[in-house]
Amino acid sequence: MVTLYHFLFLSAILFALGIVGVVSRRNAVSVLIGVELILNAANINFVAFSRYCGQLVSLPGVPTQTSLDGQVFAIFIIILAACEAALALAIIINLFNAFGSIDIDQADSMQG
Amino acid sequence: MSYELLIFWSLAAVTTASAAVAIYAKNIVNAVFGLFVSLLCVAGVYALLQADFLAITQVVIYVGGILVLLLFGILLTNRTLEDLVLSHRRPYVVGILVGAGILCVLLSVLTTTVWNVHPLGSLEGTTGPLGVLLLQKYVIAFEFSSLTLLAALLGASYLVRRKERD
Amino acid sequence: MEWTLTHSVLALVGLPIAGFAIVGLLGRRLPRHGDWLATGIMAIVLFLSCTVFSHIFKLASPNAALRLLSPWFDPRGDGVHLPVGILVDNLSAVMIVVVSTVSFVVHLYSIGYMHGDPKYVRFFAALQLFSAAMLGLVLSDNLLTLYISWEIMGFCSYLLIGHYFEKPSAANACLKAFMTTRIGDVLMFMGILILFWQVGSLRFADIFDAVASGRLESHWRTLAGLLLFGGAVGKSAQFPLHVWLPDAMEGPTPVSALIHAATMVAAGVYLMARSYLILTPETFLVIAYIGGFTALFAATMGIVMDDIKKVLAYSTISQLGYMMLGLGVGGFIASGYTAGIYHLTTHAFFKACLFLGSGSVIHALHSQNLSEMGGLRRKLPVTFATFLIATLALTGMPPFSGFFTKDSIIAAAIEFAMEDPRHWLLPLFAIAAAFFTSFYMFRLIFLAFFGTPRNQHAYEHAHESPWVMTVPLIVLAALSVYPVGGGPGNWFWQRNPVPSTETITEHYGPPSTLASAGGAGSEMARGGLLPPEARSASSSEEHRDHNHGGAHSEQEHRAHNYAIIASLSVFILGVLLAWLTYIKGTIKAVVWAQRFNFVYRLLLNKYYIDDFYLAYVVRPFLAFCSVVARFDLLVIDGVVNASGWLTRFVSWVVGVHDRYVIDGIVNGVADTVSSAGKTLSRLQTGKIGTYLGAIGASVVFLAGIIFWMIGSLR
Repeated sequence: MVTLYHFLFLSAILFALGIVGVVSRRNAVSVLIGVELILNAANINFVAFSRYCGQLVSLPGVPTQTSLDGQVFAIFIIILAACEAALALAIIINLFNAFGSIDIDQADSMQG
Repeated sequence: MSYELLIFWSLAAVTTASAAVAIYAKNIVNAVFGLFVSLLCVAGVYALLQADFLAITQVVIYVGGILVLLLFGILLTNRTLEDLVLSHRRPYVVGILVGAGILCVLLSVLTTTVWNVHPLGSLEGTTGPLGVLLLQKYVIAFEFSSLTLLAALLGASYLVRRKERD
Repeated sequence: MEWTLTHSVLALVGLPIAGFAIVGLLGRRLPRHGDWLATGIMAIVLFLSCTVFSHIFKLASPNAALRLLSPWFDPRGDGVHLPVGILVDNLSAVMIVVVSTVSFVVHLYSIGYMHGDPKYVRFFAALQLFSAAMLGLVLSDNLLTLYISWEIMGFCSYLLIGHYFEKPSAANACLKAFMTTRIGDVLMFMGILILFWQVGSLRFADIFDAVASGRLESHWRTLAGLLLFGGAVGKSAQFPLHVWLPDAMEGPTPVSALIHAATMVAAGVYLMARSYLILTPETFLVIAYIGGFTALFAATMGIVMDDIKKVLAYSTISQLGYMMLGLGVGGFIASGYTAGIYHLTTHAFFKACLFLGSGSVIHALHSQNLSEMGGLRRKLPVTFATFLIATLALTGMPPFSGFFTKDSIIAAAIEFAMEDPRHWLLPLFAIAAAFFTSFYMFRLIFLAFFGTPRNQHAYEHAHESPWVMTVPLIVLAALSVYPVGGGPGNWFWQRNPVPSTETITEHYGPPSTLASAGGAGSEMARGGLLPPEARSASSSEEHRDHNHGGAHSEQEHRAHNYAIIASLSVFILGVLLAWLTYIKGTIKAVVWAQRFNFVYRLLLNKYYIDDFYLAYVVRPFLAFCSVVARFDLLVIDGVVNASGWLTRFVSWVVGVHDRYVIDGIVNGVADTVSSAGKTLSRLQTGKIGTYLGAIGASVVFLAGIIFWMIGSLR
């Protein structure tokens, strides 16, 4: 039987991997990859909780009782992730234009 | 061992492995593809959790949109062909420590919390109910998120506009 | 403001001081360097002194006096004031006329004599200051201002003797004069201190009052009197402090005439006359013997000198001895006092005339040595005539002035010897000195003005002096023809009797009480017309006066006759001897010098006194001075240098401390802050990766804490 804990462990691992990727990568796009991993891990969490712990409610126009709040949240997260990725890429392009590379360690003119 | 468990384990393994590839790959395109596989597997996980609409949405938007965006970003921000898609790795010690730390914290929380688990039966198609929810209960957030999308669009296009040389 | 007599008296001192200031400070910018200004001032002073004199003279009293008193300062703050004041009595009036006459005449003469001298202005300024000081001396009514004037005169003498200070002999001479008179001045100051200590005041009125009332005991009087006489010995060049006067001839001739013939050297005599009431019989004897001895002693040296001015210098010393002799004898024989003072006035005129005349000769020949002179009476007639008149006055030929005064001194000495035959030496001194005086003066005249010129070249160029030089000669010669105060018994004698204790208040003014000495007051004492013969036979222990009524007692008359006989005979003897030696050539001077070679050399070397002083006084003193100087250099300067070194060392230590410790702390703080800042700023790597790492770590940390907190709540 697949329990809640399976999905939670999975998301925890993905989350940790995502954090590792954010912290330790030098390429800006790679950092973005890590961020996507984190977001997905959170999404898994939402969906898993909605499936295993959701309270059943009656929705108008829906014959049976459902619990889909977590999924709605996941949808919103996906939407926002898309926005954020777009903007992040815009910034990366600006970074590339300013410093000639997307190595985040190169953009150190704020040093000191 | 039920089929569910088997599917879950295989999906989890692939997800984790490809996530590891995504963050460890030296070649950034490899990393992106690792992410691609990982996201697909996450879609599979959604499907396992009987969130069908979400699974498809994940594939369409994440894989089809965001990943493509990432690829475009890589393409646009590389100077020379030799330097193409190479990403240098920094010392991983800090990262591993941090990751291990967060893993420990999360796991300790997860295991010690008492979750209010009451298993559900199988669900019908979630698309309808999701639509109802979005337009009834979460309508404001829905509208706001569309505004956010608009703002992001405008912002991104403004950020990358061609600047006049003066 | 009305011009009273007081103003005249004050102007007598004030005008020359103003002249000194103006000529001294502005002299170079004045037309002709201010010489006529100075002479004009002296002319005014002469006029004023004559008016004061006539005013006093008209009072026809021996105790007439003009007094002015003003408080000055209180050294101990206990009410014992030292007031300053003026006393103008007959003695002072005579002195101011003499001083201003000679000073005016010398000023006029100097215009011609010092013509072209580079230090013209300094000369006239010093002459003015000197005149002011001398007038201040004779006008002061207390020993303090007298001493101040005394010292100023000594200083002016130093300046003027050293006028040609480029010459080492002149520089040495002025220092010698100053030092020798200084010895006398120290003795005098000790005497003044004794008087102040015993009496409590320095005014003559108070001192004499103390004498009269017996507050001042006789042993103090003797001591003070002898010490004051010490000052007079120095200033008036008596033996043994006479050594400076011949060397003082290095100064210009007008200086010799004014200072070293007529006035400054007479200051000692004046001092003795002024402090007459303090003196005791022992002091009088000392004064008389020293004076008499000096008279003979100096006269013997005058007969061998080659320099014309040196002859006159020794003559001055000798004549001052006469004055002292007169004053000393006057303690016992009343006429001696008056004779001494009278001789002072006549001597001033004829000696000044002699000096100015010698200056005229020197000006004509540019030489001072008799061996280069001769036959000048044809070339310098006016000089010759005045010189001859003055010589006759000096040697005592009647009716010239010197005869009367010198004769009175000799008469007083003889009378004293008749009274007290123990003192037979005094008239002998006087008469012998008169013989030598006559001899050397006529030797001088014969060698200089008669005979054949010994230096033909100088003789050719000799010419008579201009009028500014001959007019003073004529004036002084005229004053030497007959004594101004008349013969014995005339007004000078009546106005200047021996001071007596009975008339102190009348003469010198009331004694100031110690608690309230003050308040300026000017009084004319109109002491009633005392009969001239009222010289008090005081019952005090001093047998001062043995004349019982009548100016011509029997003894006095006889003494007078003896004196006339003696002085005339030695006069003639001296002239004869000089004539035989230097005109006729019967007595060969050279032969006699050979025969008495020892005596001759003794006289020529001034009895080797100068050498004696040099070896036994000057050298040891200089050795002592060098020891003191070495001490000063090593010890005193060593201490000062050591303290300076110590200060530098301490400041070095402080500086090091400041540099390393204080600045170390300050800089250390600053460095710490800046290095901390630098270190902390390294956190700002500017690298996004670092920031991401930091964010991650913080998230872990915060998450841990929050979950732990929540967990612990559960």
